[in-house]
This record gives sequence, structure tokens and C-alpha cells, in this order.
Amino acid sequence: MKFLWGAAIVAFTLLALAIAGATDDAGMRIHAGIFVLAGILGLFALVKMHFDEAPGGTAPLVYNDAIVKAGVIASTFWGIVGFSAGLVLALQLAWPALNFDIAWLNFGRLRPVHTSAVIFAFGGNVLLATSFHVVQRTCRARLAGEIAPWFVFWGYQLFLVLAASGYLLGITQSKEYAEPEWYVDIWLTLVWVGYLLVFLATLWKRQEPHIYVANWFYLAFIVTVAVLHVIHNLSVPVAWTGTKSYSLFGGVQGALTQWWYGHNAVGFFLTAGFLAIMYYFVPKRAERPVYSYRLSIVHFWSLTFLYIWAGPHHLHYTALPDWAQTLGMVFSIMLWMPSWGGMINGLMTLSGAWDKLRTDPVLRILVVSIAFYGMSTFEGPLMSIKAVNALSHYTDWTIGHVHSGALGWVGFVSFGALYVLTPILWKRRDLYSLTLVNAHFWIATLGIVLYITAMWVSGILQGLMWRAYDELGFLSYSFVETVEAMHPFYVIRAGGGALFVLGALIMAYNLWRTARGDVRAAEADNRPAAPAAATA
Amino acid sequence: MSFHHKIEKNSLLMVLGILLVISVGGAVEIAPLFYLENTIEKVKGMRPYTPLELKGRDIYIREGCYNCHSQMIRPLRDEVERYGPYSLAAESMYDHPFQWGSKRTGPDLARVGGRYSDEWHVAHMIEPRAVVPESIMPGYPFLATTRLRPGEIVAHLEANRMVGVPYDDGMITNAAADLIAQSEPDGDGVDGLQARYPGAQARDFDGDPEILSEMDALVAYLQMLGTLVRFDVYDAEANER
Repeated sequence: MKFLWGAAIVAFTLLALAIAGATDDAGMRIHAGIFVLAGILGLFALVKMHFDEAPGGTAPLVYNDAIVKAGVIASTFWGIVGFSAGLVLALQLAWPALNFDIAWLNFGRLRPVHTSAVIFAFGGNVLLATSFHVVQRTCRARLAGEIAPWFVFWGYQLFLVLAASGYLLGITQSKEYAEPEWYVDIWLTLVWVGYLLVFLATLWKRQEPHIYVANWFYLAFIVTVAVLHVIHNLSVPVAWTGTKSYSLFGGVQGALTQWWYGHNAVGFFLTAGFLAIMYYFVPKRAERPVYSYRLSIVHFWSLTFLYIWAGPHHLHYTALPDWAQTLGMVFSIMLWMPSWGGMINGLMTLSGAWDKLRTDPVLRILVVSIAFYGMSTFEGPLMSIKAVNALSHYTDWTIGHVHSGALGWVGFVSFGALYVLTPILWKRRDLYSLTLVNAHFWIATLGIVLYITAMWVSGILQGLMWRAYDELGFLSYSFVETVEAMHPFYVIRAGGGALFVLGALIMAYNLWRTARGDVRAAEADNRPAAPAAATA
Repeated sequence: MSFHHKIEKNSLLMVLGILLVISVGGAVEIAPLFYLENTIEKVKGMRPYTPLELKGRDIYIREGCYNCHSQMIRPLRDEVERYGPYSLAAESMYDHPFQWGSKRTGPDLARVGGRYSDEWHVAHMIEPRAVVPESIMPGYPFLATTRLRPGEIVAHLEANRMVGVPYDDGMITNAAADLIAQSEPDGDGVDGLQARYPGAQARDFDGDPEILSEMDALVAYLQMLGTLVRFDVYDAEANER
């Protein structure tokens, strides 16, 4: 098996080397060089693995925690990178001189670095880490394969490095949330197929008759993202040794394919995957079973069925035919129901354990994440109504909506999972400091509130200014006057973002001290009995 | 619920179920757009991008302009008065991918062509706040000093042809010459260019005859945006969808 992996890596490295030699495209040369470097490192790791191998691996059941640990570290690292990139963008919008008019520092190239870093690097690593943890515990089986999971993990990091460096170099398809070019897309496809196989093969090894509900959601996330990624990124490269390609889909068909992809990146990457986290970590931390089994089934299938239809609400009043817009709006409104069904299932899991909110700030973060999930899945259907969308579209309201979901739901549920996982993985009784968790919670919450309220006001204000008429029937404001009016809100938003980054730094410090086995002196004596951590 | 027990115990059945339920929405919403004839309006005047415009569009994409500028005017009173006639699907049918955008941190650009002079665009791109003091756009001074690398322009046109843009053989053989011709208004190639691409404007767009810069290409692209469709002969009623 190791020989096959080694041969594949050598073949890939030689291919990259050949392309690096043949190309006259500077961006491609850099990326091929990164591939070669990654290949060499991979080969080293493989050899090291061979010699390090513990003799007689017949232990009854040892979970692969090393890969989950790596995922926790990567999530924390990328989280800080992604949040900080967002802060830089927020500051650039408030003070444009901060673009420095240098190509790779300009807003247009940095913005995908932020979106990809938070969605795919932070979110993606959280999903990798938690799915690998959850699937092992709920199946009572070690993760399938020894090399394959590491290929998935490091292959995914390679994808992230190629994507981010590409944006800075100006290598982009310009498809939102799918900017990487054709060769990076092919690489991600290979990694993703590996991910699906590792996950499925672990399910096949399970000691439990039933597949636990969290794994349904992980499975829907992995399968659907594969389908979306492959179809949406179909394109024709200009040259095999060049970075540039032209998308197979153009114009209106391309637009709907984009938002079929884009909205379901939200639906399956940022929702289904993180609902899986909710279905495992909330019951675990609250030490209560999931509220309703029946609701889980209804939640799962209705969410998967309905989400896929909602894409056209990104294209209201555009050149997309009306029938498709109407269909998208109707299904978006229906989507409210499964979303809230899931929220209720998560919140009600705390039945009989609500008192823990007073003593356990980690559980508090998890519960507030579900509340934000409920809020943004109400706001979403509202904004998908055409009359509302006519005002909100193209404005900061959309940005605020995204961030209430991204910071409040995805961010908080991830933080909660990381706080639960770290003591378990590093075999510590509890976190270094619950006081710091509490500080993180309040600082980040304040940051989110500042962020989304600033964006509500600026979005609605700008939307209304665009359509304002004076008494003579002329437009009241030139475009740039509406830009000028945004300034104070952009400053407030940057302040909110800075608080969110600060919170993440506090978390990183807390997790690092926890991993080292420290307990904050002031808290050592008056700890409530450690929950799941000690027994898992 | 007993049926669900079967699914819960069989991972492949579950994968199959997931594939089934996620296929319905896409099949009903997206697939028809590829064969329903009324998806794209019948218009006069649309043509593929000239080689120089195509390079300009590539730069527009490279710099991420779409992150802040839409190219899609909605049929709402204020938008039509602010930006011009609402955008038609036909106007972006040769865009692979589309550049409709999703956010207007800056104004819509669907019909920016011909609205400002070349000099305005160049000055604005070099230092936006020199011409619009309240602007928050980044500056792109490096475009004016970076020589345009035509690269394999023929291969670019051929790739576009493969995805359905109607570049004919003449356009492809003359691509390299057309790219130069569009920036040399007094050269011999202009007539051929305009025969192949009706309405193509040939000028020294960046005002610097010494260099065929990325600025030339970007301004050439911006100056043609939204100018192709002949609205004087467009029948909106007939194209109601």
C-alpha cells in the first residue's frame, strides 16, 4: 500500500516538475513549484511513517486522534488567518488608502482570500477534524486507512495554499466561493474523493448497527459538495501549462449554475456539515440525548431536498427568467421550516439541562450558535422575497446576513466543538480556563452584534438612498453620495470584526495552554466536575 | 419509520438517497435553461469580444473587479434611470463566466461603455480619489505601466469557441493582428477588425502610444460594456419570459 502511495506521489511530482519546466506562465511556475515541494515533503512523510511504525498494530481499538489533533490546530490557525483577512478588508473599505494600490494587497484580490480562508480553510478544517472524530466515536471503529486520512488532511491544506496564493497572484475564475482555477479544482476533486472513501470505509467498519444522525449530515455534506464542485467548475483550460481557463457555462446559465453552487456551499458546507457538529457536540456537552429522533429524520431529508432549489433567490430581478426566480423564492421560504425544525431539535436537547448554561460557558457558546442559526435562517427566507430583495440585493444587508450566519452560527458552533475536543484529544481533565472561554464568548458576541447592526443600517440606508426621488422626480442621490454615507458604519463594522479576531486569539491561547496540560491557577480549585472530557 | 431503519443501517442506500433528493431541484431549475428557447432574448448587435477586449476582461477578472461592481441592471425604475436600460440575458451570453456580480460597493458597470472619456478612466484607475474624492476604490496605477502580454491569444479564442462563443476561423487566424490593430487607430488593420467585430472602437485607449499596456485593454473592455445591443429595434414584449 505504501508503495502505491509512494508511486502516485512520485508520478505527481514529476508531472508538476515537467509543467514547471514547460510553462511560461509565472503563476503556473510558482504553483507547480509548490506542488513539487509538497510532493517531496509527502514522500519524506511516507518514509518516516514506514520507519516509525509501531510493531504489532493489533490493539483492540485505538482511535486515530492524531489526525483530529492536526485538524484542531489547523482550524485554529486558519481561523485567525481568515478573520484577520476580513478585518483588513473592513479597514480598507473604511480607509481606502490601506489598499496601498499594490496589486496583491488590493481589495479585489484579498476578498477571496478572506472568504476562502474562513469558509474552506477554517470551516473546512473544523469539518475534517470533527467528522473524523465523530465518525470514529459513533461507529466505535478506528478511522479507515492509515495513509489515506493524512493524504486527505495534507492534500486539503495544499489546496488551501494554492487557492490563497493564487488569488494574490491574480489567478481566479471569478466564480464566487469557487475562485480557484482548473488544476486546483482537479486536485481538490482527488482529495475530496479520498475524504468520501475514508468516511464511508469507516462507516463500513462500525460496531453499531445504526449510523448516527451526525454522520447523515456529514455524508450529505461530503456527497453534495462533491457534486456541486465538479459540475460548477467544468471549464476549458487555455493551455495545459497555463493557469487560465474559460468556464463551460456562460451568461444566464452560468449565473444559475453559480448560485446553485454558491447557495448550496452555504447549505451543505456551512449548514449540513455544521449541523452534524450540533447533533454530536450539543448532546455530548449537555449530557442529554437528541430531543427527537423523528424530527431528526424529517429535518435531514427536508433540508437536503429543499436547499438545492433556493439558488435563484440570488438572482431576483436579473435576466434570469421569471419562472426560475419565483421557484427559487417559494422554496427559499419553505426552507424556513426545516431550518427551524433543526434549531428546535438542537435547543430542546437541553431539556432538563438548562441550568448548565449558568456554569458551562462552552455549552453557552453552542446554544447561542443555534440561536444565531435560527435568526439567520429566518432572515434568509425574508430576504428571498422579491419585494424585500429589490431593496436588499447588492447592499451590505446581504453582507450582514452572511456574517450573522458565519460568525454567529458557523463560528460559534466551531468554537464550541474546538473547546470540547481539545481536552479530550490531549487527554486533559478540562480546559485551561473557563473564564477565558467566557471572555471569548462575550467579546465575540459584542463583535457580532456591532457587525450585523452596522450592516443592517448601512444596507437598508444605501438601498433606500439608491431609490430615493426628490419632489421634481429626479434621483435624490448620486452613487458616490451613497458610498460616502456608508463610512461610519464601515468603521463600526471594522470595530466589530476586531473584537471577533480578539476573541479568536483568546481561544487560541486557551487551547494552547490546555494542550500543554496547564490549568489556570485561580480556577484550579473551584471547578465543577469535568463533563465529557475525562470519560470520553 | 421502519423503512428509515433500512437507510440508517446502509451507508450506500443513504448516499443514493442523498443523490436522489439533491438532483431534483437542479434538474427542474437549471436544466431547462439550456434548452428552453426563450431563455435568451432575440437581439441585434451582439458579437464576441475583440481580442483586446477579451484581454481587458481577463484583467477585470484577475483584479477581482466583480467583487464590488455588478454588471446587471434590474428592471426597477431607479436603476433604469441611473444606469440605463435593464440588462438582457443576451448581453452576457458570451461571458464565460458571467460577471453579473452580487454587491455594489461601487456602481453597476453593465452600461459604463461610452459614459466617460478614456482620459477619465485612465486618471480614475491610476488614482480614483483624484477624480472622485469620496471614492473608496483601490488605485491601479500599475496597469498603465505594465505591458500587455498577449500570450497565446489564439488559444484564448479557441478555448472560448470550445465553450460556445461563436468565434469564426477568420477571427481566430487574425487574433494576434486584431489585438494590435485595435490600439492603433491609424494602422491598416482597423478595417479588417471592424469587419470582423462590428462597432469595435480602435483607439490608443491609455493615451500613451509608446506602450500597449494592460490599461489599454481594460479601458477598451470598459468602453464597450453595454453598447452592443441595438435597443432601437429590440422588441421587449416579444421577449417577455
